[in-house]
Amino acid sequence: MINATTLFGLSSVVLVGLGLFGLIVDPQPLRKIVAFNLLGSGVFLLFGVIARRGAGAGLNSDPVPQALVITGLVVAFAATALAVALLLRLFQVTGQTALDEAPPPVPSVDP
Amino acid sequence: MMQDPANLLVLALVLPVTGLLLTLVMGGRYASRITLLLAPLGLAVAAALVISVVRADNTLVYYLGGWTPPLGVALRADGLSAIFILTTAVVIGATGVFARAEFRVPPGQAETRTSLTFWALLLTLWGALNLVFLSNDLFSLFVALELLTFSAIPMVCLSGRAETLSAGLRYLLFALLGSVLYLLGAVLLYGAYGTLDIGLLADRVRPEPITWAVAALMTVGLMAKTALFPLHFWLPPAHAGAPAAASAVLSALVIKASLFLIVRLWFDVMPALMNSTVAQILAALGAAAILFGSVLALRQARLKLLIAYSTVAQIGYLFLIFPLIARPESVAFAAADLSTELAATVVSTSAWSGGVLQAVSHAFAKAAMFMAAGLIAQSLGHDRIADLSSIGRALPITVLAFALAGMSLMGLPPSGGFAAKWLLLTATIETGQWWWALVILSGGLLTGGYLFRVLAPALFGSRESVTLRAPPARYREVVVLALALCSVLLGFVRLGAFDLVQIGRLAKAGMGLP
Repeated sequence: MINATTLFGLSSVVLVGLGLFGLIVDPQPLRKIVAFNLLGSGVFLLFGVIARRGAGAGLNSDPVPQALVITGLVVAFAATALAVALLLRLFQVTGQTALDEAPPPVPSVDP
Repeated sequence: MMQDPANLLVLALVLPVTGLLLTLVMGGRYASRITLLLAPLGLAVAAALVISVVRADNTLVYYLGGWTPPLGVALRADGLSAIFILTTAVVIGATGVFARAEFRVPPGQAETRTSLTFWALLLTLWGALNLVFLSNDLFSLFVALELLTFSAIPMVCLSGRAETLSAGLRYLLFALLGSVLYLLGAVLLYGAYGTLDIGLLADRVRPEPITWAVAALMTVGLMAKTALFPLHFWLPPAHAGAPAAASAVLSALVIKASLFLIVRLWFDVMPALMNSTVAQILAALGAAAILFGSVLALRQARLKLLIAYSTVAQIGYLFLIFPLIARPESVAFAAADLSTELAATVVSTSAWSGGVLQAVSHAFAKAAMFMAAGLIAQSLGHDRIADLSSIGRALPITVLAFALAGMSLMGLPPSGGFAAKWLLLTATIETGQWWWALVILSGGLLTGGYLFRVLAPALFGSRESVTLRAPPARYREVVVLALALCSVLLGFVRLGAFDLVQIGRLAKAGMGLP
């Protein structure tokens, strides 16, 4: 019987692994964004586990990581919002959501 | 108010943020004026910061709210950050003046979307860069990096064209991968050592498996953001597709921020881990970037893409400093011999100065080049390299600025780029690592090659007359020329810069000696 901290730690490892795999391997931008969130959740969960272990000053449970996780969540949320907004706009302009492998030639004239 | 020079650190952060808030409240009509008003103030603060660091001959530290680490968060400026903050202030100011023609709201006309967003993004970017250079704990640095990414990416897609959107999205996906790897590293470090403050970590970090994992995660993450070979794919379309003023800032400053962090990571956070294998791997990636980026730049048909690939190549030089500062064991000096120890310090000092000089002179030169390319594209209506024949006659100042900036990139004397590459070259010879000298020299040759492709027809083309769609405003050409001149003139001030880089660093460099 493993204790809760180890269980959560292992879960975070699985999340990080899945997210990293998806972010690198999957060609679809939307799935990459989901994978990024999975990966982010894994990292935050790991931070929670570290807080539980009380890394700082040998406390019973360390409050610093919790404060940092909240900030991290906000940042990850903003990142996701930006990515989704970009993807939506790309879909409106081009009618597709794929990033093709060879980028189209960049036109010369800039406003 | 100025009794304590450490207040300058706060001022360097507060100024851009105040400008951003004012811009958002007052709207696009006043946005360009707010930025142009703040630019000289920011420059003054940056100059005062450099002077204070030199005068104190030590790092300036400011504890937020008076709380000291590990509980509080500190801002810290050493010589390196002071130099980068000054460079940032100069480039942002020049970009502001250059961009005014494109992004201001002319009297009597309606505001556009970009007239607000460009200036808001520029100010955010400035604040984020200063935060990266001043933060002293890994989590604040994470937030600063994210802020930087979130302000840089919309700049790429300002025009809203499909290809810039996909370039921006690609950039964002790379950047997100980079930041989450960085954050994972920071979390693991906190788990292992119970702090994220750089000063405290430097004392506690030991070379053990967890630290190696952290170092690998963070370095790869930051490499993705710096666009070091082989993670550079996002850079050329993103930097080439952005408006000229935005490309200038992106190429000159934004990628340097994550590079600055890699340097801080290896030399300040984990000096215990730095060894010759790591240094050689990092430098090998840098060397690959130099050769690969330069060869690809040679093959580009468009001017802005050529300049963007040149950025990929020039980043590589900055990674060559690692084996030059961390001396390999193969040339280990006798530990007891004081004179060789002193010689080693001199070598690492010249590698430091060379690296920083390369970063700063590249910032000025690349900003000037992108702006010059923007003026050329605007005047001709295209930037196909094959059709740039004889534009030197039509746009003498712009082409002169481009040529001067190119001189610095190539490393021709007496430019800043020459001084930088000379310092790096002497360091390679003195540490007996001749193979990096070969890379530096062939990189210089290739740079000469791709710039010659542009400059030779532009200056000596046979076309009689070139018809311009619209000649650029004279003041914009002067701004570009001024930036290019900054890059060249750096070659003359290298002895001054020499000492500044070492402030807050020499003690640590000395510790690393056997």
